[in-house]
Order: sequence, then C-alpha cells, then structure tokens
Amino acid sequence: MAALSGALRFAMAEIQGFVSVLPGVAARPPGIVAANEPLPEGNTRMRYSGLRVIREALTGHRGWTPVWRDPAPQASYDYVIVGGGGHGLATAYYLAKEFRQARIAVLEKGYLGGGNVGRNTTIIRSNYLLDGNEPFYEFSMKLWEGMEQDFNYNAMVSQRGIINLFHTDAARDAATRRGNAMILHGADAEILDREQVRAMYPFLNFDNARFPIKGALMQRRGGTARHDAVAWGYARGADLRGVDLIQNCEVTGMRIENGRILGVETTRGFVGAKKVGVAVAGSSSKVMAHAGMRLPIESHVLQAFVSEGLKPLIDGVMTFGAGHFYVSQSDKGGLVFGGDIDGYNSYAQRGNLPVIEDVAEGGMALMPMIGRARLLRTWGGIMDMSMDGSPIIDRTPVEGLYFNGGWCYGGFKATPASGWCFAHLLATDRPHETATAYRFDRFMKGLAIDEKGQGPTPNLH
Amino acid sequence: MIINHPLLGPRDAQEFVYLGDARLIERPDGMAEGAPQAFHDHVYLRDNPAGEHRELWYHEQGDRSWLVVTRNTVTHEITGVELARDVARAKGRSR
Repeated sequence: MAALSGALRFAMAEIQGFVSVLPGVAARPPGIVAANEPLPEGNTRMRYSGLRVIREALTGHRGWTPVWRDPAPQASYDYVIVGGGGHGLATAYYLAKEFRQARIAVLEKGYLGGGNVGRNTTIIRSNYLLDGNEPFYEFSMKLWEGMEQDFNYNAMVSQRGIINLFHTDAARDAATRRGNAMILHGADAEILDREQVRAMYPFLNFDNARFPIKGALMQRRGGTARHDAVAWGYARGADLRGVDLIQNCEVTGMRIENGRILGVETTRGFVGAKKVGVAVAGSSSKVMAHAGMRLPIESHVLQAFVSEGLKPLIDGVMTFGAGHFYVSQSDKGGLVFGGDIDGYNSYAQRGNLPVIEDVAEGGMALMPMIGRARLLRTWGGIMDMSMDGSPIIDRTPVEGLYFNGGWCYGGFKATPASGWCFAHLLATDRPHETATAYRFDRFMKGLAIDEKGQGPTPNLH
Repeated sequence: MIINHPLLGPRDAQEFVYLGDARLIERPDGMAEGAPQAFHDHVYLRDNPAGEHRELWYHEQGDRSWLVVTRNTVTHEITGVELARDVARAKGRSR
C-alpha cells in the first residue's frame, strides 16, 4: 500500500509540475494566481482530479485544506461586490478571470452561499420567450455547460431535461411559439405529444377531467445543478485568483460624495472602493436605500419543499401547466418541488400554510401518487419581485455604484450569466450584449420585459 | 394570517387578494407639471421596507371592500386594519 501511495504521489507531482511552472507566478502572494494561469507549484489548494481523490483516499484524507481563505477586509479595493451569494461570487470570479481585474472583495453579511443560492429548487433552463430575456438565459445555459471544467469544481450540473406540460390546444400553441423563439435564439426545444410524455412518466394524471395532459415543451439541455456547489465553486475560483471573500460583514451605509461612491460602511469598518456592485437579491431595496434609491422591486417569500427519500422516480424536471407546480428528484431521492410565491411583501424567509396546501394540491393534480410520500422539509427564501418579472443589471445615478437584482424566482439558472454580465458592466462600463435590456429606465420608456403579461403587479409574475 | 376586518371581524387572509403598498392610493395629478415622472414613480417604485408596511388587501371572497392593513414584513404580525375608503377620505381623495 505504501508503495502504491508513493507511486501515486510521484505521479501527482509530475502532473502538477507539468501544469504549474510559468514565469511571473512566483512574484505573486502565495496561493494566488492570475487569470487563466495554472496554480503555482506547492499551492496546497491544487486542482481537483480523479487522481487526487484516489490519492487522498489512500492517505487518510489528510491532504485536504480549506477551500478558501478567510481574510479581514483591507482599507480599500478597486471593486467591492456586496453579496456573497451565487451572483456576487460569480461576478467576482468572472471579474478576476475573464476581465483580468484585481483588488476585488466580496462582502457577505452572513456566510457564503447562505441565501437564495442555498434555498432554490436547483433548476437550470433557457426556455424563455421574449427577445430581452432568451439570449441572456441561453448564454447562461452555455456557461452552465462548461462551468465545472472552467472552475474545476463538481457542481453536479445534470442536463436531465425539463418538460413544461400543456393541457389545452391553446397552451400547445403557446408552447410551440415559445419553442420556436428558443430555437431562433440558438437554444434547443421540442414538442412532445401525449404518448411521448406517457412513455417518460406513465404515472402522471393524463386523463384529469379539467387538465388532461396533451403534451409538453421539452428542453433536453435543461436540468438541475447542485446549488450550494455552484456558490462554492465560484467562491473557490475567485479566492484562488486573489479575491477577498469577507464573511460576517454587513453593509450598513454607503459613503457618497458629489454623486460618486467612495466606499461602504460595514459592520467590520469602512471599506473604500472605486466601484461598488450590489448583488443582494431579496434585500436589494434595503441595501440600495443606503444610496437613497427606491427600486421597482418588492420582496416576497417563495417556499420550497422536499419529500422523504424515494427510489428513482423522476429522472428529469417537470412543470405542471395548469397550476403552479414544478418537481425534480435529487440524487438523494427526495422529490424537490415548489410552486407560487406567498404573494405578500415579506422578508421573513418563511411562508404560510395556505401556499403549502396550494402546492400540495398542484402536486396531487399532476401526479396523484405523490400523496403517498411524506413531506420532509419546507423552507422559504426572499425574492426580488420586479415590476415586469425580469431582472436589472445596470448602472445607477450614483457614479461608481452598480446594481444587479430583480431576479424574481428565476435567479438560480441565471447565476453564471448574471455574474458574467455584471462583471462586464463593472469592468467596461458597458452592458454585455445579452443584457442590454435589463435597464432601470425600461419602465419609464415603456420597454418592460413582461414574460407573463401581468403589468406592474410583482406578486403575479 | 388573520385579518381583523373592521366590519366583519377576524377573517382568514385567504379570503383576500393582495395588491401592495398603500401609497398606491395616492395617485398623482395627471395634469400637473412633471406628471410622467410622477406616474412612473407611483406605478413602478416601492419603498419595500423590512418592518412595518401599510398595504392594500381586497376582500374578494367577502364584502368586496378594500382594506389598508398595517403588517410587519419581517414577522407577518398585523397591527392595524382600516377601510381603505376611510384612509382615502382622510387624505381628501374620495367624494
């Protein structure tokens, strides 16, 4: 065993040596690499690989080290990202890696990934209809497809397919139109008929008198991802590139002089910044109030649910087209599902029983067998519900202050593109080509991106 | 949540439809200077506080009255319920 272990250690050293020696790397602080450069030799936070896992298994897992540093805030940075969730961490990661910026900090009031990125139902998809949205979400989908290789972390991205069921002829027309819009923007879409859906999920309630299943819109590239691991992968990738991830550091004020931001007041002191990017969906109104802004956003609570562990039952993601219900099955076996927001302003991170009943009814209408499963847990997260159901990635009237929010309950699937586009805006002062419509002034100009056609009623989007 | 209706007594919030911030009562004057900006702010912008919030609820499954409910958005505790008609009249908005 010792000989084998030694041989593996030798092999690993060979591999590391092969990828690590580059001029200039040695001059950087230990443990920090610049964009696209391999890690320097001797960096204990080496790349993950199958060989590494085998080696650690054979040597008692003594070689693993903390995945990111825990630095204290410096006096000032070039970029301060407020919010250490999926979007904030992705922003910092792409800012360092793709846009080659340095002196970046992420300020998080709690712990990394403790908000909505750790509370969602993990669905990824790009099945939107409207011009302002679909290119952005398809860009996001493409980033999901290469993400794990890009940040060298297992985010369990699983393109297991998503189907949106329809129950009337009119809904089939709408699904076909949506599918065509997706294809026009480079995404994949197909219409399944009733028998194709039955072959996949024979246990659905096909002959429901009110909502018979007529077929489905399918996106095979859609699926799920391990939500926490997405945050951890971005956090690790950002940390490796020198981004300071500062936890337990809540922004309590903004220092603004002559219309320009100088930095943020925090529970760990003042942090100066040339540019501040706020990515705190759920708490956007609270944070931006420090800059005197009122937003086209209400905060609402969305609940999510998981059943006890079951044997493999649903190998994809499925949404009910008559009520609001969506379900997939986690690798642990729990049915992960959800429905509508509660519908009233809330910052409580917990909902009320009427919506739990409504979601359970949706589940029973779609797949009556779910009534035999026991509910294991429910929880809530706070959504930025915007006035047209679409997000905002834009500059603000304060010079140097940028905003990313209004994700409604679609923020998880947007995580990579949101980070990329926000980093693009922060680094270049121009919106990314897929995010040009996500402007504050679209409401003033009548350019709302309203997928559901509900108008300025955030609780109905 | 239970909403203590001023006329009907305690009613389940399920009987109501939620609209949002009670400042929606304060519709701007469409003829005034700067009306487009005033309407933009009225229709689209919200204070969205974490804490006490005055908001409009409509008793759709009841007496069809509009209420102004004062509710804490952090605890969901309801501390006040008024008829929206009375609130609007107090502001001189209703005939």
